[in-house]
Amino acid sequence: MSHDHDHDHDGHDHDHDDHAEPLASPVPAAALRARAIEQLLVEKGVLTRETVVRGIDWLVSRTPTNGARIVARAWVDPAYKARLLADAKAAAAELGIDAAPSAHIIALENTDDLHHLVVCTLCSCYPRALLGPPPAWYKSNEYRSRAVVEPRAVMAEFGLRVPDAREVRVVDSTADVRYLVIPRRPAGTDGWSEERLTALVSRDSLVGVVDPLEPDLVSAA
Amino acid sequence: MTLVAGTRVRVLDGASIGHVRTPWYVKGKTGVVAHVQGSFRNPETLAFGGDGQPVRPLYYVGFRRGDLFPGAEGPALDTVYMDLYEHWLEAV
Repeated sequence: MSHDHDHDHDGHDHDHDDHAEPLASPVPAAALRARAIEQLLVEKGVLTRETVVRGIDWLVSRTPTNGARIVARAWVDPAYKARLLADAKAAAAELGIDAAPSAHIIALENTDDLHHLVVCTLCSCYPRALLGPPPAWYKSNEYRSRAVVEPRAVMAEFGLRVPDAREVRVVDSTADVRYLVIPRRPAGTDGWSEERLTALVSRDSLVGVVDPLEPDLVSAA
Repeated sequence: MTLVAGTRVRVLDGASIGHVRTPWYVKGKTGVVAHVQGSFRNPETLAFGGDGQPVRPLYYVGFRRGDLFPGAEGPALDTVYMDLYEHWLEAV
């Protein structure tokens, strides 16, 4: 059994990037192995192709927009933010986002004194039930090995320089908990609607490698 | 044994045989329990066809990054947090 898998045990949270699809380019060895395992599981009646296809469809139906909606609500509603910090899955459900199949999810709030950066050094644990598949860089050996040793250098390569007076807290998703970062609300967004704020919350800011977009990068429309 | 928040703990320096969720870079290191995440099935047996029982308490443990990686870049206030199962920890 591969160890390079996500650690959830709900059958939905695994990495489905390698599943069989018609490909024009040479197939990587890991993809060939995944196909062979899938074929064996189907032949032995452990699962069906329909199960696999439905699992992939379910996974890619989750997107970072879910996380952006949650963060924007937290920015405009302190009571919601408190509920989000207390129970992230219940707070997601309030917005009609069903993260029920997920492992435990905890939201981490970035402040002027504390910046969270999430990594999974052991594999690729990620809040997939909320955000869908993780970014390719998140699964790379380079990110997984460097994020804990030199997080400030890694973030600088993404374009984020965290002040020395602000603690950088790297959170390694080692076990049964998935982490979602609540980035700091950008200055200059007073009075913005929740919907406009949502557009500032990029996928990568939900991992903590960058801050949300600057307000002048989003059209006023 | 249940560890309470604020307890200083040392991570055991055991071998990572099988589906161990304790990263090598914290083995033998000392940190502080920030809070208890709850109890979860043991991945070391769950991954190999077992039932993961008995469940194990899981702790959110914080380390100073400088303690984990001496000489690493960055201010001394930087930290690394992670979830560790109770059977990998001893109170110090």
